[in-house]
Formats: sequence, structure tokens, C-alpha cells
Amino acid sequence: MGVKTWLDAWPVYRQLTGEDPLGRGRAAQSKRSRTLESKTETADRMVHSVCPYCAVGCAQRVFVKDEQVIQIEGNPDSPISRGRLCPKGSASKQLVTGPQRETHVLYRRPYGTDWEPLDLDTAVDMVVDRMLDARRKGWQDTDDEGRKLRRTLGMASLGGAALDNEENYLIKKLFTALGAIQIENQARI
Amino acid sequence: MGSNMAEAHPVGFQWIIEAKLRGAKVIHIDPRFTRTSAHADQHVPIRAGTDIAFLGGVVNHILSNDLDFREYVAAYTNAPYLVSESFQDTEDLDGLFSGYDPHTASYDATSWSYANVNSEPHPGHDAKERSDPYQHGARGPFVETADGGIESDPTLQHPRCVFQVLKRHFSRYTPEMVARICGVPEETFLQVCDAWTANSGRERTTSLVYSVGWTQHSVGAQYIRAGSIVQLLTGNIGRPGSGIFALRGHASIQGSTDIPTLFNLLPGYLPMPDTRHETLSDYLDGVRGPEQKGFWGNSDAYMVSLLKEYWGDAATAENDFCFDYMPRINGDHNTYRTAMDMLAGKVHGFFLLGQNPAVGSAHGRLQRLGMANLDWLVVRDLSMIESATVWKDSPEIETGEIVPEKCRTEVFFFPASSHVEKAGTFTQTQRMLQWRDQAVEPIGDRRSELWFFHQLAVRIKERLAGSTDERDRPVLDLAWDYEVEGDEPSPADVLRHINGIDLTTGRTVNGYPELKADGSTACGCWIYSGVYANETNQARRRVSRFDSGPYDAEWGWTWPLNRRILYNRASADPEGRPWSERKKLVWWDEESGQWTGNDTPDFELKKPPHYRAPEGSSGPTALSGSDAFIMMADGKAWLYAPAGLADGPMPTHYEPHESPMRNLLYGQQGSPVRKVYGRPDNPSNPAPPEANSDVFPFVFTAARLTEHHTAGAMSRQLPYLAELQPALFVEVSPELARERGLTHLGWAHVITSRTAVDARVMVTDRMAPLRIDGRVVHQVWMPYHWGSAGLTTGDVVNDLIGVVGDGNVFIQESKVLTCDVQPGQRPRGPALLAYVEEYRQRAGITVETGTRIATAGGHLERAHIEPDEPDDDPPEEAS
Repeated sequence: MGVKTWLDAWPVYRQLTGEDPLGRGRAAQSKRSRTLESKTETADRMVHSVCPYCAVGCAQRVFVKDEQVIQIEGNPDSPISRGRLCPKGSASKQLVTGPQRETHVLYRRPYGTDWEPLDLDTAVDMVVDRMLDARRKGWQDTDDEGRKLRRTLGMASLGGAALDNEENYLIKKLFTALGAIQIENQARI
Repeated sequence: MGSNMAEAHPVGFQWIIEAKLRGAKVIHIDPRFTRTSAHADQHVPIRAGTDIAFLGGVVNHILSNDLDFREYVAAYTNAPYLVSESFQDTEDLDGLFSGYDPHTASYDATSWSYANVNSEPHPGHDAKERSDPYQHGARGPFVETADGGIESDPTLQHPRCVFQVLKRHFSRYTPEMVARICGVPEETFLQVCDAWTANSGRERTTSLVYSVGWTQHSVGAQYIRAGSIVQLLTGNIGRPGSGIFALRGHASIQGSTDIPTLFNLLPGYLPMPDTRHETLSDYLDGVRGPEQKGFWGNSDAYMVSLLKEYWGDAATAENDFCFDYMPRINGDHNTYRTAMDMLAGKVHGFFLLGQNPAVGSAHGRLQRLGMANLDWLVVRDLSMIESATVWKDSPEIETGEIVPEKCRTEVFFFPASSHVEKAGTFTQTQRMLQWRDQAVEPIGDRRSELWFFHQLAVRIKERLAGSTDERDRPVLDLAWDYEVEGDEPSPADVLRHINGIDLTTGRTVNGYPELKADGSTACGCWIYSGVYANETNQARRRVSRFDSGPYDAEWGWTWPLNRRILYNRASADPEGRPWSERKKLVWWDEESGQWTGNDTPDFELKKPPHYRAPEGSSGPTALSGSDAFIMMADGKAWLYAPAGLADGPMPTHYEPHESPMRNLLYGQQGSPVRKVYGRPDNPSNPAPPEANSDVFPFVFTAARLTEHHTAGAMSRQLPYLAELQPALFVEVSPELARERGLTHLGWAHVITSRTAVDARVMVTDRMAPLRIDGRVVHQVWMPYHWGSAGLTTGDVVNDLIGVVGDGNVFIQESKVLTCDVQPGQRPRGPALLAYVEEYRQRAGITVETGTRIATAGGHLERAHIEPDEPDDDPPEEAS
């Protein structure tokens, strides 16, 4: 080991002679740290997204490897957030990959005391049956004075405010065609 | 005001810090010293529920001292217009405006109109005594402005001109009165007034920020009106660094208002048709007056294009573009009303789409008992939520009010896709649409809402195919031919249809000015028109801030037409010149004959400042070259609303529904048109002039923490966030802790007439007691994110809150109520019910408490309670 190499291994020397006089960056780096590689470097791809919590709209970079989300970070390009994320946004990898996520349809039958599994396709068909039934039961053609109502009060909906515009659009469109009017949203609350 | 921005919108708050570093002064007016206050130059503690008294004081200070930006006010507001001779103010009627009917607790707004013009109900319109703002959409009410215009006094001296009416209305909102009502010392109040007015005018601008601390009140809409009046008087609308920032709370809550899932709105703030609208032309007559100015004049193009998007080829000029297919509303169908209808057995099925009302809506117990009385419930969410398990582990299981074996509700839980498992747009708080690309495919049964509603639509259409029932025509004819990727619609194609398509070419339109009323365009949401201009997804643009100009015009897309600052025509003077070099934004360029500047001009590009409308014109043509407020029926910003609001043309201080104080300004105690639901299961704490308000002596308010999100489904489950904020707590002052024997970090419970809730005690100076009219008033504060699921659990704070709403928009008053606080934990099981019942008895609470809402003139008028037997049961279908 030459003197230069020996000196370079000494953080104080690097701090005094290098570009990091405060010793908070490269000067303080160990050999191991120097050789570490960020997992974002080895990701298969980076996908642009937006934080799903509050309404500021911070830009996110979602890193994917082997079709799994491995990291979510702020995007410095964004004129809104300049790369920053708050504690919630920073935790959003846990939101999308955590064990709290449900994966399968669950069904609770009337008077049941626990959940039961149910096939997705069957579940959608059962919901369709019930929608048409509730629509019929709550149907109103006219009011007391004979004015047109053409609606049903048999079913209602309350939507969250993390739904996409495209989703809200189709929700309102389908319910309106069915005559359902009690279609509400967090925006009322 | 009404916002803890550093806590609730932390990344947005960097811009406040940035402004502060550049010399801006930051003032935070809020009941509690918060993370926002810690960064402010000045924190002004205020009693919750008194912001209109404070802002009214600011208006009075401005008008009494001639501190308004006079040229701006005279040119761009309705200050010069004369008000009808029959108008009577709250000063004349002890806190009521003219036209009040105590029997219906509503106003006939006819006398509020301008002196010589028609406002609603206008001729030919099916007259209706009540002004029903929920039926307006956002178009605002009519004001006929043609032929000589509205009688006015440009000198602002006429006693009936808006300027003078406003001045009289707020004349008793003195610094001394502000101190007595709000608990803000006169000197502190005047410091705020001085800072506000000194930082406004030609050279300087002031921004006002609010959040749900303003909206969740029985007078929430008028809070915002009050803020708007101050900002208009000081010339702080439409200019750089000015404005009113409504900080919204959820990723796309702006989007879900613009493209609403709301009972009273269609996309783009078009009102939902009601029973008065037999035909499309009836409906359009209700949206635009024949002689009014502004861009609502083109609402026929917006509505016909929506109908064409809904019903495609089936919608023709001959059949009124299928207007007949629209369901009609005829009253209140908001989510709280619906919860009560569930309890009454009128609602059979309910969808929850990423929403958790068992925790997140006011009066959680009412919500849960309602859901436990449904035939079926569909819950779609990322993780298991309390609303899906009311039959299993709700607080009512413990009290015995719900028994699983007796609860008939059938529940379907569908796991939802997360924000990285689907593509689409969110609209953030400044109206900017930002597109998310899809990162990964959802696994298992996880699906998007787009998938779910597409499947429902396709299967329902199949099921009803061949039906000859007339009521099925709207479903069978529904246009549902979106480009499909796999088994769900392409979100980009849905956005194209929202943007609008020229049906003659099949290409996207470039903006709402291209929409037609003849059926040749289809458009899902006219205000979003332009987001797919040139067949390009403009919301997906991501030109880095390092490579763009000051308004970052190529990052995302802002409605309307990518305008970043609304009403920016007002950033120039009536002649089209910037008010000052320092505050220039858009201006008239004589040479090129058009408006230009740093933002997309919010004005017809080629209409010169000196343009005067031809006689008899209407709509956009009728707007003069200086009518900066192009959506308003008279082209002016309204200091005084001649129609359109349920609770009066000007904001007025009313005490909250539950208050420890008598209104010091008027005999009218609370909002005279607030929406009360007088029912045994929705009791109110008494407020003066009712007796026994001292049983619930403290003011209660609630809000968010940075580390949790609303009802907690997206945060209580995450290890990082649960660790950062591990338990529910209640903040009390050292004085209140002494008075009630509360120990820091020990247990306490908070009680209202609805229930009692446990929390850890946080003794802190952040909740300083206030001196209100000679007495000490304590306020307590709680975060509201807890429930029974997740890594950190706790009682549901929203269970403390009853349902009472703003008469305009039906938003619940959850930001201020009264309560008691006691040391130790609450009783459990059935003993809890007995404990709360004992409180109700002690306070003498009956179903009528809080419902005698007209108190002006010393009278307690009739109680507004609900009949035992609902009278509008839907008829049972015979077939």
C-alpha cells in the first residue's frame, strides 16, 4: 500500500484535502458504502406516477424489478413537489406492497358470522342480480304530481376521492343510465 | 385560515416557506397552535366557528378606512350596482335578511336582486318559492343584464349600491366586537388588517389559504364568500401571488367534484335535472337566462355534447338528445340523508368505492346502523376496512345494538387495484390533471374501478337485452364502446371521450369553444375539454421544471384550457395594461390585437379591452372588454350575491349549531337555514338561547395529522405511519387539565350527546384557552383517523359528531361542536349507552333540541323535526 493510498483511506485527510470539508459526503464514506449500488439503479424500469394521498399531487417515480414494485421516490422534475414526499408519500411502497392488501374476493352471507371465499366472476354476477333487483324495488316513475322522476332510490353509492377521473366518469355514467341518483363522494364530506 | 397546511399538505407548504424566505409575511389564524403556526410570523388563536365575525371585521376595517383597491373594485366587482328597494338587511331584521319563512326555514330571495333586473325565478321559469342552490350546479343564478344594463353608481355613493350596502352590513363588526366574539385581542386583529391591506394594491398581492376548517360548518359556503369579499376589495383575485387557495384533502377530490359522483351535479358543474325539467329546453332555461352574459350562455353545447357522449347515436335532435333518459332529483339526496334512508329500510343496496363511512363520516354510529340494515353492501378497497365489518366488530357489537346472527346485510368485499396498478388521471388541488402510468399488473382478484364498472355495464346490458320496458332504454342505448385493453376499457380512451370528440372527423376537439349544440360533438366534461387536444394526452406531459418557464405550462394540464390562474384578465387594468410591472401576468397587445402574457389568458383572445357588447346580445358576446369574470351572469365578481345562496346575499356571523355562546350581534343565533335532521338518533347538544349548554361546556374541533390519512384505511395499516403516530389523543390546555383532573399521557374521554370516545391526554399550550366576552372558553382538539382495524387502533372520533349541515351544500358541521371531557376511560358495552343517556337527560335533550332554528326577535320558532313515518316511501314495484 503506497502512502497516497494509505492517506486516502483516512477520512480526515479526505475531508481536509477533498471537496467535502464538512465530512458529510464522500469524505466520510467507507469502502463498503462506496461500492454499494442503489436498488433503483438495477430496477428493470421506472414508471411515472402521482402520490395517492392528499391533493398536492406530488410526482412519484415507481421502480419495478421482476414485475414487483421495489421502490417509490419523489420526482425532482415536478414543479409541484420538486422531488419531495411527506411521510405518507414516502410510505406508499408499504401501501401498495404491504401484507394488509387483500387479494381475493370475500363474501359474508346474511346472518353469517365470518367471511367466505367467493369466485370473482360469480361475485360480479351476484352484484348484477342485486343491482337490478334493488333498482326495481326502489323505482319511481313520477312524483305525486305526475312529474317525471324516472329514477330509483333502491341503491346508493359513496366513492372515495382517490379514484381516477376516468373511473368517476364511468361510475356516474352507468348509475345515471340505471336511474340511480344517490351517488355521492368524499367531496360532500 | 381554517387550514393546517404544514400538517395536512406538507409538500405544498414548501412554497409558503419559499415565499417566506423571499420576504413574505405568513399569518396563521387558527384555534390551535400547529405545525403551520410554528413556521408563521404570527399565530392568531381564534374561537372555532367565528371566522365570519373575524373576516367581517376585516371588511369593516377596509371600508371604514377607504383601504380598498378602488379602481379594481369599481371595474371588476358588482360594487356599483344598485340593490332592490325591497331588500332588508340583517341590521334591520335582527340577523335575518328579507324573505325569510320560519315555517320552512328558508328564504324567498326575490328581494335580494339588483334594482332593475330580473333574477330568479325568471319569467317562463317554473316559479319556486325557495332558492335551491343545489340545483344551480356552479353556473350561479340568473341575472338578466341586457338593454342598458344594471342600474349603477360608478361613484359608489348611492345608498343602495352594493358598496354601501356591504358597508352598512358589516358596520358593527368592529375590532371590539371581533375581540368579544372570536377571542382575538383588538390589537392583534388590527395587526392582521394592517398586514393584509398594506400588502395589497397595484404593487403587492396577498394569498388566502383555506381547507376543510372552513367548509365543514353550517355556514361553510359563507366562510368562503367572506374570504372572497376581502380578497376582492383588496384586488387579490386573478393576479400573481393573489387568490384563494382551497387546499383539498384527497388525491383527486377536485376531480371527483369536476367529474362528480355527487347527487346534484353532472360533469362540469352542470346541474342534475330536476322535476321542473320536462324537456331539454326547460333544463337549459334553468341553466342560462336568455339575456345573461358569460360562458354559461353556451351551456346548450356543453349539455348536448354530454348527452351525445352518454347515448351516442341514439341521441338525436329529434328526441331531445335523449334528455328524457335522465333521472330527476327533487330534493336532498346527499350521503347523510341516504344513511338515514338506510335506517328506514328505503335503500336496499350500497356501494362503497374506496370510502369508509364507519370511521370517516360524521355520526359513525348512524352510518354503521344504516349499513347493518341494508340488503347488500359492496365494499371495494385496498385492505379490509371497518365499514365492511360492521356485522362483525363494530362498536355496536359491543353495545349489543348489532348482533351478527341477526344482521341480514349481505357483504361483498372486492380487493381494489392501487394507484400503481392502473393508469389514469388525478386532478390535484389547483385543478391540474396529472396522468399516472401503470407500473405493474394487479394480482389475484385486485381490479380497478374502471374494470368493475365496465363489467357491470357489459353484464347489465346483456341481462337487459331484448327488454321492452321503457325504463331500460337508457341502459340499452348507453354508449359503451370504449377501446378495450384485455377486459377493461383503456383509460386513455375514456379520457379522450371526456375531452370531447368531433363526430364529423372522429378526432378530439381542442377545447370547449369547439363544442356544438347540434349534436356534432360528444364531450364527457366540458371543463376538461382540451386535455386531449390534438389527440395527445396533455395530462401526461412532464416537461421538467428545470426546462420550463415560470408557470410550468407543460407539466400536466390545468382546466380550463391549461389556465394556471383563473380570472387572470383581472391582472390587467380595464384598459388591458398590467396593474404594475411587478405584478404583470396577462395583458392586451395592441400590435398583435390579442391578449398575451405568461399564462393562458382567461378571456376571449381577440376581444379588445374597449369592446362594448351590441345591444340585445347575450352569452360570451355580451361580455364587454373589461368584464373579467367571464363565468358570471353580469361579468362581475360578486361582493354581494343577488341570488343563488340559501342563507343570504352577504356573509353574516352566526354561532355554530352547538355553541357555548349567545350570538352577540343578532337575536338570530345560528344559521337560519342550516340543515337539521331532528331525529331521536341524531341528538344535538343544547346551545343558547336553549338551557343547559353548560353540560357540554367546551368547544370541540378535530383535524388531521401528517402521518395518517382521513379514515385511516391507507395509513393505520402501514408500519412506518403507525409507528410515527401510534395512538389517538386529545389536546387540552394545562388550565383545562387542572380543571378536569386530566393527566398528561393518561386516559380521558370526550363526551357529546352522541357518544363518548377514549383518548390519551396531551396537555399542551397549543390549545390556549380564550377570553370570550368576559369569560374563559376552553377548546379541545382531536385527530380523527382511528378505528378498530390496522396496526394502531382507537375509538372513532367522528362518532362524537351529529349530522347538521350547511343549507347551501349539505356539508356537515364537523369542525365545531361542544363537548365535555372527563378523566379516565369511558364505560364499555351497554353501560356506554346508559352513560350517554344520563348526559342527555341532564342536558334536557329531546328530539327538538337544536331544531328551533329561527331565534331572531326573541322568538323560538317551530322545531324542525322529522315525522315518525316518512311520507315519501318509494312505491313498491308491482311487476
